[in-house]
Amino acid sequence: MELYEFTLHELQDKIKKGEVTATQITASVFDRIEAVEDKVHAFIRLMKDEAFAAAAKVDAEIKQGRIKPLSGIPVALKDIVCTQGVPTTCGSHILHNFVPPYNATVVQKLLDAGAIFVGKANMDEFAMGSSTETSYFGPTRNPWDLERIPGGSSGGSAAAVAAEECIASIGSDTGGSIRQPAALCGVVGMKPTYGRVSRFGLIAFASSLDQIGPFTKDVEDCAVMMNVLAGYDPRESTSVNADVPDYRQFVGRDIRGWRIGIPKEYVVEGIDPEIGASLKNAMAVMQKAGAQCVNVSLPHTPYCVAAYYIIAPAEASSNLARYDGVRYGFRAPEARELLDMYKKTRMQGFGAEVKRRIMIGTYALSAGYYDAYYKKASQVRTLIRRDFEEAFKQCDVIMTPATPTPAFKLGEKTDDPLQMYLSDIFTISANLAGIPGISVPGGFTQGGLPIGIQFLGGPFEEGKLIQIASAFEKNAHLEKRRPKL
Amino acid sequence: MEFEAIIGLEVHAQLLTETKIFCGCSAKFGATPNSHTCPVCLGMPGVLPVLNKKVLEYAMKMALATNCVINKTCEFARKNYFYPDLPKGYQISQYAHPLAEHGFVIVETDGRRKKIGITRIHMEEDAGKLLHDEHNPVSYVDLNRTGVPLIEIVSEPDIRSPEEAAEYLKRLHEILVYLEICDGNMEEGSFRCDANVSVRPMGQKEYGTRTELKNMNSFRNVQRALEYEIKRQIYLVENGQTVIQETRLWDDAQGATNSMRGKEEAHDYRYFPDPDLVPIVIDDAWIDAVKNSLPELPIAKRERFIRDYQLPAYDAGVLTADKALADYFEDVARRCQKPKAASNWIMGDVLRFLNEEKRDIRACPIQPEDLAEMIKLIDEGTISGKMAKDIVEEMYRAGKPPQTIIREKGLVQITDEAELTKTIAVILEKHPDQVAEYRGGKEKVFGFFVGQVMKATQGKANPKLVNELLKKMLAG
Repeated sequence: MELYEFTLHELQDKIKKGEVTATQITASVFDRIEAVEDKVHAFIRLMKDEAFAAAAKVDAEIKQGRIKPLSGIPVALKDIVCTQGVPTTCGSHILHNFVPPYNATVVQKLLDAGAIFVGKANMDEFAMGSSTETSYFGPTRNPWDLERIPGGSSGGSAAAVAAEECIASIGSDTGGSIRQPAALCGVVGMKPTYGRVSRFGLIAFASSLDQIGPFTKDVEDCAVMMNVLAGYDPRESTSVNADVPDYRQFVGRDIRGWRIGIPKEYVVEGIDPEIGASLKNAMAVMQKAGAQCVNVSLPHTPYCVAAYYIIAPAEASSNLARYDGVRYGFRAPEARELLDMYKKTRMQGFGAEVKRRIMIGTYALSAGYYDAYYKKASQVRTLIRRDFEEAFKQCDVIMTPATPTPAFKLGEKTDDPLQMYLSDIFTISANLAGIPGISVPGGFTQGGLPIGIQFLGGPFEEGKLIQIASAFEKNAHLEKRRPKL
Repeated sequence: MEFEAIIGLEVHAQLLTETKIFCGCSAKFGATPNSHTCPVCLGMPGVLPVLNKKVLEYAMKMALATNCVINKTCEFARKNYFYPDLPKGYQISQYAHPLAEHGFVIVETDGRRKKIGITRIHMEEDAGKLLHDEHNPVSYVDLNRTGVPLIEIVSEPDIRSPEEAAEYLKRLHEILVYLEICDGNMEEGSFRCDANVSVRPMGQKEYGTRTELKNMNSFRNVQRALEYEIKRQIYLVENGQTVIQETRLWDDAQGATNSMRGKEEAHDYRYFPDPDLVPIVIDDAWIDAVKNSLPELPIAKRERFIRDYQLPAYDAGVLTADKALADYFEDVARRCQKPKAASNWIMGDVLRFLNEEKRDIRACPIQPEDLAEMIKLIDEGTISGKMAKDIVEEMYRAGKPPQTIIREKGLVQITDEAELTKTIAVILEKHPDQVAEYRGGKEKVFGFFVGQVMKATQGKANPKLVNELLKKMLAG
């Protein structure tokens, strides 16, 4: 067995026991990258030299007996988190040459924990998309079927873990951008509670919805990553100063007597029958594990997508105003005067989907429309949050499919933005409500595509999610498969 | 037809915090371009604002000092527009829920007191500055000022004349400086004012069309610009033309306002609550704590000076216009126990010296204890008021205490009766004709003898004593 095939916690043990070195793990991962990256295209930029230098440093530390939580673990970073001295593009032409002079808080935390960065993972431009096809640097392919998309927007991060090009990765989730690609790539992906993980240095898409989280090979790895990522950051005003438990203690704990809510509104038309079947199977698994499935209602579910596609573009239209060609990034070379520079820079620097959302958002915030759109959407958001508060009085966690369909083909939905937007119907509500969610592998379609099961919890109940997801993982007895690459 | 002007003012005051409103950069004026910047105020990708608590505290001080109601919760909003001096493409300001509302300040014009309402006070960040190359078609951006904290103080349209507008501004300025939250420097832009003005025939209820005036960097220019603009609008109305709603720039050299036409497109700022900043919740305890920390405000101080020091209103007004001056006066008055004399010396001589050199009272070479000592010396008769005039000037120039100057120049007043009697006797002997005239009833000659004594003593003789002795000795 190659080192890149192991889970994070398995490698942790090997490091602790002195069986392997950080350099060996890094070398194994880069061998794998060399073998499969051409097919998958999970990365915008590889950091091979930096990785081996970091591995040597970590090995020296280990020799001195200093072993940290992620010592020697190769991690991929979505190219939306700022890395000091390393280009950070957000998948966009407009930032193709941007080199941040600072690290995102999560990047610093990972570094401090001994992680080795293997590269900057591909993503939909400014995280706007569900397929990683809007990336300026070309699409990423699903390791399970190279004709298919890996999901998005954190498609590169999900595919990198699935293709074993890293041991774990970092993504960001604004409407499902971690959970949806995790489901489509057959890996674990968690979106923590809004405010749980620092957003400082995360290039903003929709500030009130964005949240950073991990992709891992299993639930225990997710707990290990969350132990590193979670925590208060004084550099972020919306960061919440609440205690961070040791998430690992929730792994393998009993869930007997738990009530699992199944929202009736999530049984929607257009859902793939195999996905429907996998949810039924998951219910059976949980019941066998001693939990009880109960029906709950989230009555405002039908308005989630509409509210999201007003709030997210509105915030994005403002967040992306700074890309004006004045201080950094791309500037249209032939611009003659100020207005011309703005127009040409933004016209040439942004892709079609980003421009579409800037226009939607600008419209929604315009005088005379604000009340009808943005304000109304914010009110709907409050109702959605209350739906969850009510539902969590009836149950401990909520279980849903992570996506309505398995991975679709490249190009299949690029001409139909509305169809693309609907791939997030099961994940968007958690962002609007600010609650945590996790997507775990729930089996495969007959065609061999991964299916994801999503669990949602109340605010700051990431521990509960790890507990239930770990119980599901243990009791589902899913066949262990690896993508054929 | 008689017309009435309706004026409302918007004042932007830079707060005197050490650091900027949302990052740790220095907020000081005048540094090398772009040296007071960081990823946060440069609007780099992924960075986030964190509110400087001092800004909130300072803004609360101003709100309470102008009788505003502080809202229990307020929030920051984004004002979206593109300009190279605005790195994020939006300014963080307050919109639907400002910090404070419904205040007022009292102004006095022609002896009449009037309340000018304050609609709102809100916090926001300043923008940077563009520098245009004079020789090449190039512009540069200096972002040192980006993120320097501002408060915007919006008045009700309660102001009816340019004089009232200037008075209102002076009162606001005075309060800001008293609170030590703004340096009030209009030339450097720490205190800026825009005006909205319209005219209507006396008695008409509806407002006329207003124009917005900008670019007035002194109290006097605000007044001049308003005077000009009111005349211009009245002329238009009287001649059947219409006032266009627009922004006009004051041109100081030309003494006129000019339309900004072309530059001013209808802006839609697309305000919305800033999702990067949480709503600010202010409880009563905090409001009370800030209230208790407020210093005595100008209007209260003025009244106290009149009441406690028995000063004329004019003196109280001059002395309290600057808090440091008021403190200086109080220090002198407390030490010498002669408030009116202290006021006279400060307003007459000390301020004249300072004004001549454009110096601030804080840099006055005369220490309050020295001025108090000098007033005591006059009171005790050690020196005369006339001598004091020279001594105080020397105190200012040399920065020495009065006793030193008196000793160095031998300026002590002659109060020795025997010595003066001797001097007078000599003078009387020298001028027998005048003595005869006086004794013959020509009392005017008395002044001549006083002059002679003063001349002989180089002005050092105690005038009271000279009078007494002369009268006695001339009487024979």
